[in-house]
Formats: sequence, structure tokens, C-alpha cells
Amino acid sequence: MSALGYYPGCSQSGTAAEYDISTRACCKALGVTLTDVPDWTCCGSTPAHTVDHHLAAALSARNLRQAEAAGLSRVATPCPSCLAALKTADHHLADAPFRAEVERLLGGPAPGPVKSVSTLQVLFEEIGPEAVKNAVKRPLVGLRVAPYYGCLLSRPPGLMAFDDPENPVSMDALLTACGAEVVDFAHKTECCGAAFGMPRLDVMTRLSARILQAALDAGADCIAVACPLCQMNLDLRQGQVDAVTGRASRMPVPYFTQLMALALGLPEAEICLDKLVLPLGPALATAAARAREAAAAKAAKEAAKNAAKAAAKAAAKPTAPAKAEKEASCA
Amino acid sequence: MRIGVMVCHCGNNIAATVDVEAVAAAAREFPDVVFATDHMYACSDPGQKNIEQVIRDLKLDGVVVASCSPRMHEVTFRRAVERAGLNRYMFEMANIREHVAWVSLDRKRNTEKATDLVRMAVEKLRYDRPLTAKSFDVQKRVLIVGGGVAGIQAALDCADGGLDVVLVERRQSIGGVMSKLDKTFPTVDCSVCVLGPKMVDAGQNPRITLHALSEVEEVSGYVGNFEVKIRKKSPFVDWNKCTGCGACEEKCPSRKVPDPHNERISFTTAINIPFPQAIPKRASINPDHCLRFTKGKCGVCQKICPADAIDYDMQDEVVTEKVGAIIAATGIDLFDHTKCGEYGGGRYPDVITSLQYERMLSASGPTAGHIKRPSDGREPKTVAFISCVGSRDRSLGRPYCSGFCCMYTAKQAILTRDHIPDSRAYVFYMDIRANGKGYEEFVRRAQEEYGVEYVRGRVAQVIPVSGADGGQLLVRGADTLLGRQVELRADLVVLAVGVEAARGAPALAEKLRISYDAYGFFLESHPKLRPVETNTVGVFLAGACQGAKDIPASVAQASAAAGKVLALLSKDKLESDPQIALVQTIRCIGCGKCERTCPFGAIRMRELRDGSKRAEVVETVCQGCGICSVTCPVRAIQLQHFTDSQLLAEVNALCRTWVETTGS
Amino acid sequence: MQTLDLESSRDTAFMDAVAEESGQDLKSCYQCGNCTAGCVYTHDYDLPVHQVMRLVQTGQKDQVLACRSIWLCATCQACTTRCPNNIEVATVMDVLRHMARRGGFAPEKLVKTFADGFLASVARHGRVFEAGLAMAFALRSGKPMQDAALGPAMLSRGKLSFAPHEPSSRAKTEVAGIFQRFHAGRPAAPQAATTDGGATEDKP
Repeated sequence: MSALGYYPGCSQSGTAAEYDISTRACCKALGVTLTDVPDWTCCGSTPAHTVDHHLAAALSARNLRQAEAAGLSRVATPCPSCLAALKTADHHLADAPFRAEVERLLGGPAPGPVKSVSTLQVLFEEIGPEAVKNAVKRPLVGLRVAPYYGCLLSRPPGLMAFDDPENPVSMDALLTACGAEVVDFAHKTECCGAAFGMPRLDVMTRLSARILQAALDAGADCIAVACPLCQMNLDLRQGQVDAVTGRASRMPVPYFTQLMALALGLPEAEICLDKLVLPLGPALATAAARAREAAAAKAAKEAAKNAAKAAAKAAAKPTAPAKAEKEASCA
Repeated sequence: MRIGVMVCHCGNNIAATVDVEAVAAAAREFPDVVFATDHMYACSDPGQKNIEQVIRDLKLDGVVVASCSPRMHEVTFRRAVERAGLNRYMFEMANIREHVAWVSLDRKRNTEKATDLVRMAVEKLRYDRPLTAKSFDVQKRVLIVGGGVAGIQAALDCADGGLDVVLVERRQSIGGVMSKLDKTFPTVDCSVCVLGPKMVDAGQNPRITLHALSEVEEVSGYVGNFEVKIRKKSPFVDWNKCTGCGACEEKCPSRKVPDPHNERISFTTAINIPFPQAIPKRASINPDHCLRFTKGKCGVCQKICPADAIDYDMQDEVVTEKVGAIIAATGIDLFDHTKCGEYGGGRYPDVITSLQYERMLSASGPTAGHIKRPSDGREPKTVAFISCVGSRDRSLGRPYCSGFCCMYTAKQAILTRDHIPDSRAYVFYMDIRANGKGYEEFVRRAQEEYGVEYVRGRVAQVIPVSGADGGQLLVRGADTLLGRQVELRADLVVLAVGVEAARGAPALAEKLRISYDAYGFFLESHPKLRPVETNTVGVFLAGACQGAKDIPASVAQASAAAGKVLALLSKDKLESDPQIALVQTIRCIGCGKCERTCPFGAIRMRELRDGSKRAEVVETVCQGCGICSVTCPVRAIQLQHFTDSQLLAEVNALCRTWVETTGS
Repeated sequence: MQTLDLESSRDTAFMDAVAEESGQDLKSCYQCGNCTAGCVYTHDYDLPVHQVMRLVQTGQKDQVLACRSIWLCATCQACTTRCPNNIEVATVMDVLRHMARRGGFAPEKLVKTFADGFLASVARHGRVFEAGLAMAFALRSGKPMQDAALGPAMLSRGKLSFAPHEPSSRAKTEVAGIFQRFHAGRPAAPQAATTDGGATEDKP
């Protein structure tokens, strides 16, 4: 298999820095080698495709060409929007007239087929929950996590071709492998408000509020995410959401790779929990307390069971002194 | 030879794009053709009389009609030719309609092609020989595969008509889907009360042999003389001794078997009688759940059975039945709703299918007719019905309409309001299909009399949410008539699942050698005119196995199929088609290749007096496919009416023209 | 509400253009409403998405291109995923937004401003300069304090840089070239006719 390219996307150097750092750290720890796409540029994300499909494809195509030139036939990216852009471009480039216009915009040849996948897909399909479980050093026992995939990772199924579009389970499986308790969460793929934070904050806060509420209702300690925009809307903008709903959510929103890095026992500098606006610390403490309680309860139950067994045994056999007394009286 | 040619206009169908007069004129010049004309409608009464007249007047030896497809009117013209005194096989048809006029609008090229086809037909006719059909005995018995309402009706009709019937049903009891229904639309009759007497009749009728818990394993033979091997699966209970008393069911310790009769919303025992009205009313053991079979323990049923009917060592039995005709009545299965992730994919206990709900509504069902939420047993106050689950849906590969879901949903909504008077029922629909007698009025009753709320719009998602008394289901839909997104907090969601062909239908079709469509529904011979016949003579269709239909249509079709069978087997002998293979024994070298390649097993190797072997065709089995004639290395076996000489003559006729025209 | 003459009101050129640009055949839409049922942005739309589709089906170009819904669609793909007729509904919404832009419609002015600002940042820097985009938008939105509180939160966590993360100058030139050729190859869009009550253009 040729080397796996890595396309970080613009937010990874800024607002989603912890996603990039923890993703790279997890991949390294689990034996996935990532080769950065050399001299990558912005894929255009949502704004580009809402202006023109050829423009969007050209911006993505430039990056696919960079990958191709570096001998990378597969590119992994942590950002679902970048992934959608790259996959869509690759798909449309197969159509000759479309390709011609893209080449006009590029001012040069478009790349051949280059496959794109999410880093979640790589971790789930190529490493797998079993291998992750075996590598875990600090299982996240007692931590209740709501797995929030966002609207794009597995949709539309024809394009993304990964996991189930209604009830994806890849992140669930990886988090379970890390020892966490994944709660029932019906809002896994509901949109958080996307890029409307700046232009229409009211729209975004309404949608993110639903997700936060669902996580609270499900009894989650935190929401695990796999998208920089989802993370920003739910974490950085959680205060703005709370201002509208009049409720303090106090719900940390770590990237799933941060939780994995934590479980894999990686150094703090590679987990970057301090970059989260809503701190994960309290949730981890709750989890630890819950784990201790559960362990204590289990031990108590075991002890009670053993005591009952011993008592039953003792009642069945007569004790030695009583026996001797009896024999003595018969003598 | 004296040949006559008639070129048909077929109104405008052919004449619009083919110069039929020119074709007739050209035909007059063909070798052996003494007469050629055109006619407006060759197949009409005057058209046929014309053909008969010309044969007599001109003492013709053979006729070519250039018109439509032989599948339309070959039989018609053969009869006409026969009435005029010729052998019916001294007749050829050139298809200049489906193969020429309906294919292209280029009049010049069409006329040329039509002329070529007539030329070829004339050449073939010059090599035709009179053929005589043979007749053979028939078995006055019919096999009916499937014991649902269609199979039962067909069985009763055939038995009434004097035929012996072999009824094969793969479940423990006959009755099919109808035996699971509580009530039927539009009369809200009790389903099993209506079906029950028919089931009893079928079980008791002296002419009907019932093989339940059985499947067709192999079919060989031909119309009038089919030989069918039936595998009677072992119930591990001797049904000759079992009285259906039910003592075994009461004592069986394995009580967690998902009950197929109750659509798996309740449990039954490993040994059980499927339902109170079952025919045959006998117990069977499910070996996958029986402790005796899985763990070698228990054996209680054998100890307590008063009739000593339990036999753990019982084996399957294969019986052979000889029948003259077969009716396929294998019915339907329902769409698997777990494929719909947006409705929970089977994970939400309070999202159930229509048939599961039906079992709940039924007084003899798992809840004794009380509607209870599977999650907590509470009575629901708001019930949402979602239509078109697995129907009219290209994304699920089910583009068709299942035909009766609108009706059964209306029925279930009415029954809900009956059972729970203060409940609210909502039906989310796209369109209402209510085209039977009293059907539209029934749906109106649901809305006007029973206050069922109909909301026009599909449901995108069902999500579990917390409610005042326990969990509820949030139904996210749309009211397209209002132009709004809508939501409903429901206590119970019922999915109107669509139909599919019964599991295993394609495999049965292969055994019966009948066609089936992309969805597994068996194909009828002609969608308009021959709805109960198949392209395999002697095999008929009844009920929903041919396509989604409701009970009255299934019953009607069953009687129709029975009618066809009674007509077929009303004669003592049937005629075989003489267009079959024939061996020229003197040329045969006895290599046996034809015997091995014949897909019907119609060729036998016969030993001559000198010990050498020669091939021989079993005339009644041969289907005239021609594979043997292609296989034979010495051209000793030929397909009558389609000999190599004839086919080559056609090719020569065609190529000669081309050579002459192009000069190359 | 005016009566619609089905023949004269139908803009078939518009219908053909939508079909061609989106690659979707709206004749297979049977208006089931599944898209609207699952669209979480319906709350803010002026036309529910199934009605947008219906308007395209009946060739009502002006009404469609003037609506707000097509600007508030996030292409979250819920509709596309669930359409029983395999129509890429989100793609159609996208294409309608393209046409609206080209036609000079922008009822959701800030949405357009954001997209334009984002792409301008990419054209200039080769990658999005997040801080630059945020500041430029804050100034042009007329609501400069909306996200002010987020600034310190991001800065203190090292998530915001006041200098752009740029690729090589060659890469920057290539990206700039894409935008130049894009703008050159298309006729200039007529001035945006703003019809909303949102932030206005710079006023003297």
C-alpha cells in the first residue's frame, strides 16, 4: 500500500489545533504513518461550493495534484468538510467537460484519481477497536461519552461510503475500546449549525442547543466530536448557546482523538486538554469517582456473596467442640 | 410447391412505416410463390377467411403471413390454415411489426427489411414438412405450493371440480398471512373466523392431501405428467398419533423462542402448536431451541405425551407425487424494517411493524387484544402510523406500491380508536390508494367517523425522547399541504411495511422452470390477458406471489387458476408439440453428447440389437429448445420445423440478396 | 395571491439549467416532504425545502431565486440521504444559490458577506487566515461585538494567530491564479439587490 497522505485543512493550524495534534499523536502511537500533502492550500470548504462547483473542485484538485505528485494515492483528513470537498472533486473530475473547466481554472492539468478518507475511518478500519483496546494504558472507566459525528462524516452515503448514515458506530467502537461508556445518543448526525456562527448566530445557537440538551438528557459527561466546526460551535460558542437557552450546559466537548490519546497514555502536550474552553477535568474526576464507587459496590457485593456462602457452610456442619461434647455425653 | 403470401397492414401499425404493397409485389417474384397480396387486418375474420379461400382456390401447399409476432397470432393462423385442409405446420410467419415497423421510422429501409424477412420465411416454408402432434395421458391431480388463502381457495375449487389435490405448505400450519390478521378491510370481519372454515375444509377434504412443514425439493416431467419430490421436514412428533391436546406446550421448559406466528413480539415454547386454529393441529419441535436437541437434556414432552407421539429420532421424509398441473401460491413476506435506520433500525421497542401490531390487536395474540407498548406495557394514548415503509422507495430498491397498506393502515387506525376511545391516531401518508369496492368509503370513515388524523408528508426520523410517563417517540414529519415541518410525540409508532416476494421464491421458480421479476414475483404469461398462466405450460399462479394484491384479488385469482387447471385436465389426453427434436438413427454415432447436454432429460440412449447405442428423444419431455441439435457432431438430431437445412436456407436467402445488391 | 397560469409562468430554460448544473432530474420528485421533515434549518427558512423543489418543478424562477432558504441551507445532506427517489436535494439547493448569486440576489446579506470574505482570505493567503476573516467580518457585519468574547478565549489557548499560516509563495500564486481565472471567465454579477433588513452597506 502506498503511503497515506495527510491533509490537515486550514482550521488545524488555528482554532482546531488540538484536533491536529491529538490526531497525529494517536496515529503515531497506533502505527499509522502520515505524510503531509506538500504545500497544501485551502480546499474552499463550504463557501467555495456555495459559490461555484468548478471553483470548489479546482481548489481541491490543486491539493489532490500535490498529493499525486508526491506519490500519494490516498489522503486522510480529520475535517469532514475538507473530506467532502476532496471526494466531490475527485468524483466530478471523471466527467470530461467538468474536468476541462477545472483545468482552465487550474491553468494546468488536473490530477488522476486520488482516494480520500477521514482519519476516523483510518483508525476504525485499518487499526480497529481490538488493536486500540490492546494499546490502551489508562482506560476511561466511568466516563460517559455522547458520540457526535456531525452531519457530513457518513452522509451522503453514496459519496462518503463510510459507516451508517443514520446511526454511525465507528467512533462509538473506538471510544468503547478506550474503556468509556458510550451513551444512547439519537442526535449523532444532526447538524450543529455549521458555518452560520458568524453570519446567523441565532440559527447556529438553536441547532447546537439541541445537541447539548440531548447530551445532557442522555446523562453524558462530555460530547466527543470529529469535526472542527462542530467543536467550535459546541465548545467555543457554548457560552453563546447558553445565553440564548438561559442554562449553563457545562458540557466539555473534546475531540475523540483527545480522548483516545488520553486512554493511550500519551503525554499531555499531545492531548492538549488545555485548549478546550469547557474543561474536561471535572468530567474526568466525575468518571473516576463513579469508577471507584462502582468498584467498591462490586467488591462489597462479592464480599457479601462470600460471607453468605461461608455462613451457609458453617450452618451445615456441626462445630468440633459441640461434637466432642456429644461424644463425651454418650460415652 | 405452391406458396401463398399475405402481407398485413395491421391498420397503421405496419403500413405507416412499411410499404406493404411493395413487399407483396416483391414476394410474387420469389421461388414457388404463386400468390401474394396485402390485407388490412390478416388476423380478422375476413382476413382469415381470405386465407382459407385462397388456399382452396389456388390449391396452395403452404402459406406465409407477414404481420405481427408469432406470439400474438401464430396459433390463429395455424388454425385457419388447418381449417382449409392443410397441415398446420405448413405455415410460416414473418414478424414485420415488432421487428420492423415498430423499430424504425425509415420507410425505405423498413420495406427492404420486411421484404428480406418474407423471403427468408418463404425459403423456410419450402423445407417445411407436415408434422403431427402426438397425444399422451394426463394425471388428474394438481400440486398447489403454498397454503395461504390463495392456495386454500385453489385447493378447494380443484377438489370440488373432481381433481385430487396435493397441498404443500412450508410452515407448520396452513393459513398464511391471513391467519395472522385480526380483522380484514373494509368490512372489519374477523380474519381467522372467515378463513378458519376454509382451512378446516381443506384439512378434511378427502381429495386434498396436505403436506405441512414441507417444501418442494425437485420437479421433473412435463404438463400432464409432472413428478414432484416433496421433503416433509420432521416435526419430531408423529402426526398420526398427536391429537393436538397441547400438554407438551404447557410443560416445555424452553419458553424463550421468538414466536414467528406473533411476528416475534412474544415468545413461545420449543414444542408448540402454532395457533389455536392451526390446520393441521399438531405439535412440532423447533430443534434449534429444544433442550433435548441442543444440550441433550429434558425430554419432558415425551414423558407426558398421552398419545406417545414424540419421536426425537424422526427423520425428514421425501415423498414423490405425480401431478398433471402445478399452481404456485407462495404468497409474500414483509419488508424488513430494520433496514430503516431513520426509524430506529429495529432498536426502538415501541417502533413496530403493522403485522406485529395486528398480532397485538388480535384477541388470540400475545396481549389478548390489548394494545400495549412493548417497552413498558403501558396503553398508548397517541399512535403514529407511517405509510410506505419499503414501498415506493427507489433508494431501498422497492419502487413499487404494495397496494394494500393504505387500507390496512386505515383499518388499524380505526381499531386503535375502537380499543382505546380516548386515543389519538395519526397517519402520515403520501397518497391514499383505495381502489376496491367500498375502499374509498372506508378510508373516509376512518377520517370522518373515527377522527383519525391524516397528515400528508413522509416521516424523516423517529427519535426516542423522554416523556411525562416514560419514554416517547418524537416523529419528525412534514405536512406538505400546509407547507410546514411537523412533529408529533407518539407513544407507539406503527410502520406500514410493504411486501416482498416470499423468501425463497426465486429458488422455487427455478425448480418450476418459471420466470420471476427483479423482486422475485413470479411472471405471468401476459400482464393483461393471461394473469394466472406462466410461460411454462401446466404451471399456474395464484395470489400475491404473482404481485402484491389483497385478499379478494388473491381469492379471485386462485379460483381463476383452479379454473385453468380444471380446463387443462378435463381432457383425458393432451397433445404434445411436434416441434421437437428427432434423431435420424442411421446417422447417430451414439456418442451421448446430446443426452448430457439436454437440460430437460428428454434424451435416452437406446441399445440396438447389435449392442450399439443410439440416441432417442422422449417426445413428451422434449421442449424443443434445440441445444441437442447444436451439440451433435454429426447433425443426426434435428429440431423439427427448425432443421439446419431450413435455417441455412434462410441465411442463404438473406445473404444472396445482399450479394446481389452490393455486388460484393 | 395571484392565480398561476401553468403555461406562461413556467420558465423551462431555468428548469433545464437547474437539471443540467445539478445533474438531478426533479421529475422523479413526488413531493413526499421527507426532505422538509428532516431539515433542521426549516425553522429559519421562508420556503420549506420541498416547496423550493416544487417551485423548480413548476418553473417559478423568480420566486425561487429570491428566497432566503437557499442561502440558509447548510448542505448538511440530511435531505439527500433520505430522499426515497435518490435526488441530491442539497446539490439542487447549492445550484440555486449559485444562480441567485449570478442573478444578483442576496436576501441573506451576511451569509454572502461571510462566504465572500472567506474566499477573499483564501485568494489572498492561500489558506484561510481565521483571525483576519473574523475581524474583517466583524467590521462589515454591523455587529462587531457579537463574537468579541470569543477572542480572548481563543488567544489564551493559542488557537488564534495574528499572522496567517501561509503555504509557499508559489502555492499562493497558484491559488490566486485559480480565483483570477474564475472571476475572469464569468460575466461580472450585477450589483447585489439587498432585500433584507440585515446589516447594510457602508453608509456615509
